[in-house]
Amino acid sequence: MILKEILSTGATRVAAAIIMGFVIGSLFIFFSAEDFIDGVASGDAGAAVAGGLGAIGAGYEALFRGAIFNARADTLIEGFKPLTETIRFAGPLIAAGLGISLGFRVGLFNIGGNGQMMFGILWGTYVSTRMDLPFGIHVLVAVLATILGSAALGAFVGYLKARTGAHEVIVTIMLNYISIYLFTWFIRSPELLQDPTAGGTPKSDPPAVTAQLPELFAGTYKVHAGVFLVAFAVWFYWWLMERSSIGYRFRMVGHNPHAARTSGINVERTYIAAMFASAALIGIGAAHQSLGIQVGYTESIHASIGFDGITVALLGGGNAIGILFAGLLFGAFKAGGPQMQVIGVSSEVLGIIQGAIVLFIAAPPLIRAIFRLPALKETPGLEKLRSRILKREVTK
Amino acid sequence: MSDTRIEVTPGMFSLAERKVSWKSTIVMAAFTLFVFFFFGIFGKDQPVTYKITADDARFVLPALDTMSNTVGIVAGILLAVMTVVAAIWVSRKQDVPLWWVIIFGAVALFAFLGWLAAGSVVPIAFLLGNALILAVPIIFGGLSGVMSERVGVVNISIEAQLIAGAFVGAVVGTLTGNLYVALIAAMIAGSLLGMVLAVFAVRYLADQIIVGVVLNVLVIGITNFLFSQWLANDSDSTNFPGTFPIISLPLLSDLPVLGPVLFENRLTVFGVFLAVPLLWWVLFRSKLGLRARSVGEYPLAADTVGIDVGRTRFWWVSLGGLLAGFGGAALTIGNVGAFGKEMTAGQGFIALAVVILGRWHPIYMSAAALLFGFSIILRVWANQVSPGIPTDFILMVPYLVTIIAVVGFVGKVRAPAADGQPYLKE
Amino acid sequence: MKLELRGMSKRFGPVSANDNISLTVNSGEVVGLLGENGAGKSTLMNLLYGLYQADSGEILLDDKQVSFKGPGDAMAAGIGMVHQHFMLIPVFTVAENVILGNEPTGKFGALDLAEARKLVREISDRFGFNVDPDAVVEDLPVGVQQRVEIIKALVRDAKVLVLDEPTAVLTPQETDELMDIMRQLANEGTSIVFITHKLREVKAVCDRIVVIRGGKVVDTASPEASTEELASLMVGRAVDLSVDKSEAKPGDTILSVKDLTVIDERNQRVLDDVSFDLHAGEILAIAGVQGNGQTELADTLLGLRTPASGVITLNGEDITVDPVRKVLDKGVGFIPEDRKKDGLVGEFSIEENFMLNGYHQAPWVKGLTIDQAARKTRSDELIKEFDVRTPSEKTLVKNLSGGNQQKVVVARELSRDLSVLIAAQPTRGVDVGSIEFIHEQIVAARDRGIPVIIISTELDEVYALADRIAVMYRGRIVGVVPPTIAREELGKLMAGITEGVAA
Repeated sequence: MILKEILSTGATRVAAAIIMGFVIGSLFIFFSAEDFIDGVASGDAGAAVAGGLGAIGAGYEALFRGAIFNARADTLIEGFKPLTETIRFAGPLIAAGLGISLGFRVGLFNIGGNGQMMFGILWGTYVSTRMDLPFGIHVLVAVLATILGSAALGAFVGYLKARTGAHEVIVTIMLNYISIYLFTWFIRSPELLQDPTAGGTPKSDPPAVTAQLPELFAGTYKVHAGVFLVAFAVWFYWWLMERSSIGYRFRMVGHNPHAARTSGINVERTYIAAMFASAALIGIGAAHQSLGIQVGYTESIHASIGFDGITVALLGGGNAIGILFAGLLFGAFKAGGPQMQVIGVSSEVLGIIQGAIVLFIAAPPLIRAIFRLPALKETPGLEKLRSRILKREVTK
Repeated sequence: MSDTRIEVTPGMFSLAERKVSWKSTIVMAAFTLFVFFFFGIFGKDQPVTYKITADDARFVLPALDTMSNTVGIVAGILLAVMTVVAAIWVSRKQDVPLWWVIIFGAVALFAFLGWLAAGSVVPIAFLLGNALILAVPIIFGGLSGVMSERVGVVNISIEAQLIAGAFVGAVVGTLTGNLYVALIAAMIAGSLLGMVLAVFAVRYLADQIIVGVVLNVLVIGITNFLFSQWLANDSDSTNFPGTFPIISLPLLSDLPVLGPVLFENRLTVFGVFLAVPLLWWVLFRSKLGLRARSVGEYPLAADTVGIDVGRTRFWWVSLGGLLAGFGGAALTIGNVGAFGKEMTAGQGFIALAVVILGRWHPIYMSAAALLFGFSIILRVWANQVSPGIPTDFILMVPYLVTIIAVVGFVGKVRAPAADGQPYLKE
Repeated sequence: MKLELRGMSKRFGPVSANDNISLTVNSGEVVGLLGENGAGKSTLMNLLYGLYQADSGEILLDDKQVSFKGPGDAMAAGIGMVHQHFMLIPVFTVAENVILGNEPTGKFGALDLAEARKLVREISDRFGFNVDPDAVVEDLPVGVQQRVEIIKALVRDAKVLVLDEPTAVLTPQETDELMDIMRQLANEGTSIVFITHKLREVKAVCDRIVVIRGGKVVDTASPEASTEELASLMVGRAVDLSVDKSEAKPGDTILSVKDLTVIDERNQRVLDDVSFDLHAGEILAIAGVQGNGQTELADTLLGLRTPASGVITLNGEDITVDPVRKVLDKGVGFIPEDRKKDGLVGEFSIEENFMLNGYHQAPWVKGLTIDQAARKTRSDELIKEFDVRTPSEKTLVKNLSGGNQQKVVVARELSRDLSVLIAAQPTRGVDVGSIEFIHEQIVAARDRGIPVIIISTELDEVYALADRIAVMYRGRIVGVVPPTIAREELGKLMAGITEGVAA
């Protein structure tokens, strides 16, 4: 499948896609900049262009300031705070990206990251706000509850697919909505998980101090122990998919479920196991989000990570290191977004950049066409497929 | 020259005994019991009025006044009879026909409505009318899905096409003041997105599901960005298009019950009556349709008889996008007017589900879409009339229904055989 | 119409599929294009048909040069092709398939199906095909589907008819009938190109035989030439078409199948009370035309299908409902009919394919992880032992030739500890050299005592390998005969004719 080409993306192609993504985003900033619009309205072309370019410059400067280094800070340590914020935002994105990538490699499109996160967080919230456990145990149980809750929903999707052949794209998207509404109900009901001081708004209690993932550099940086979870997730993904026998089976089913069946693999059970694993990794991201926080949260705690994870997975090309860096890139976007918002550039443009990057990654021949302009073979359509059938007869 | 002709019979093997499952009868029995007891014997002891026609209709049918639990009991008895008949059929190894199940469902639904509205009124014309209106974007999204998948291209980006249509319809409508121009612009926007999908799928051999997902991300991102950056600051001059006028077709709209429901509507709804039968005819009765279907089933074979697979896919997917653009416009200039962030709320995916439910057939797909439209208006109305049920659960209804539909039915349907496979793949 | 191909050449990357091929077919001639799997025959025809564009060369029809941008042009010019893998839409009816691309229409482009049916019946009657225009193609037996392919070509007034390996799916009788039809068409002036690798047939019907090897025309032979001569022209060296096989010494019953009945999704009895026994040290060949239940038999033995009734016993143990994993672990070796779909993962390397069904065992796996060093060692051994031609054990299997791919499958299965070997179409799409090798391996396994079931539609292979032949027709075993049976008699069984068959 072409997906395999995507999953073995070459580094140059990735770089090219990223550049193209920024170009597209810049165009949006340019044309929607206030100064540009004013310049156009007043007929001053020079001012318009200057306005547009200025917006681009200011936008990316703000992005850098929010995501990597803040030159305006008082101390060097504070200056690097943005970088730690990038790492903090990247954590759940990396985890979600790993989970979704695992799904892809088994032939499953897990678009339900958000819903799986919320279902896991539901359980995690119960443990962290309604249970009283000793220090150390509490956070472990909370993390485990989140991961397992998320995994359970994933396994359910796998079960439906195995039992009824239901397409996981539709089921996971529907479960996103259902799961989020379910969580909202829980945090709307005082007798369940709602913060008693919240009044009418659906809001949870903050996680108990013993259940929180502790900050690593208390006071200076907001990075917390969740990074260790994510680091483990990266190693685990690599080991699982590249070295373990289970991963071998996953990959076989992903490439060719017929051959897998003939080789003794129970493909249906594999789908369930893979969805479980996929959602479990996403659950690590959910734990990072909901237990690394000191205040109560609403149903938007998922921050669209389950969905952004798809772009991370696609950009990461199926391998652990790629996903790690892709997560860091998109984490940088999230960290720098607010700074851009402050100077008047709507941070949604980062979503556009993200989407554009992935669109270019999804079409390798397109990138080749744009950047290296090869002579695309002008041969009738059948040729490639034919040579595949005939390869038996041609290569001797 | 041999002296015996090989017998030519359709099919090679002898047949085994037909097995008809008891599943449907058991489900019917379960529903019968539920309706009888929950809506009937233990139902609400309050009066309920079934208002069949709107008060201002030409032919006003008398409303049905009754008690909520009475309806439950009567319905339960009817359902029991229907279940027994079904059981007789199955015991004679005959399949329970679909129309019987539909009537069964309608009776159960009647009782459910009576239970919900106990102490109040069931506005049937209102429900049916709005079911149709709400179904319009889903139907057009579904048509886009049918056109695309029938030629073998999976279209996950219906959501993007709908929202693009909604956005462009609202904004162009406001800027030009002309709703017809806005409608055309919306259709163009939808078809452009269809073209992007088509080009990526056909020429650049991308994985169609991924392109679809990414298009959704991009278009939602772009419309959100433009909304925040532009529309929100200046909504009077950018996001205030108004809506199409409601047109009453002469004579037809005077028919009892269905008249106003079907024939007193906006242009966008009338579009359904044109588009759905037209697509059906093209797909199953015309030369174009035969060729298109062959491309979706076995593109290699189509190629060997001289059909241009790439071009067929490109045009069908793009025109599908055009229809989805129309459906998106129906959301804004055909219904509420202004555009809101992510206002499609997943209807693009529900459209996909109805495509599968409807077995890639325009008419069955539309019927399924009407069911969804009904579930949407039901949740709105149920919230008003019986506020006891928590909103969050009511909001879930369309999505739950989708899952049940997809899970329950998919195993029995066959997609176009080459659905989702890029043709030039190596 | 006279067809001439001059100097046709076509490369796919470094491989030269067709190298300066020239060929002439006169009106009313039947020319055979003989070559083994991979020689370039189909490529040539695809060039003719406009599916590929030649790198160089000319096509002349009635001495006028033509060029085809696609199959549409070729068909308009009068060239008709009956493909090896049918180009029919399974869910369409016969009539719809026949008119596809050339539809009779009414107003606004409406399909005129009445006209379509008429066209089908006309041709069907002319040749005695007896095909129902409204039958859905996927419900038709394979032999009938082929007739639909032929009707498709003839309906467009083909003056040149190319038949690509048409007899693979026919009984001997149907093959004879097909040849009669070819002769009838030739007598009416059609030029016919008959592509095949089957020596017997090409001699039976052709006026001339053009032999292709390695993409080049090697020689033109007359149908009077002996099969040995033709075979050596085809392969390039002296070929011994028989397999060196000592007498079988059958031992105990290892595998026993009793009253096996399998019902498919369309409620058909694809296996109908099948019973047979398999003894140690013997090769049982299941002969029959493709589509009579052989595939389903193999699948059921492996555990991919569950029978509705019946018992399968292996070494005394009941394995009827055992899942595939258990069946494999009990020592059943399986060479599937479609290696690309069921036997290999193209995106995996050779060494990864060697462990395809052994992912839970040594030497491939230690504990939970893959033992990469042990895997490499074992893979290198197997590559050498089974003569897999490849630069490295890490080569992706999809880049191997058909013959080498099959050798990977054979290597994997025969290197396991087997109680029985099931081989379905083991040499389909494989070059002669690999065919010889695989046949040797199978016989060697038998001589080690392993019972073998071979399912094959190639009668030559059946005769070469079988110690006993069971014939399947419509899901039943209609006869079990010794390999001394005459070909015509075997053909009758394959067509379901059981009375009067002399074994």
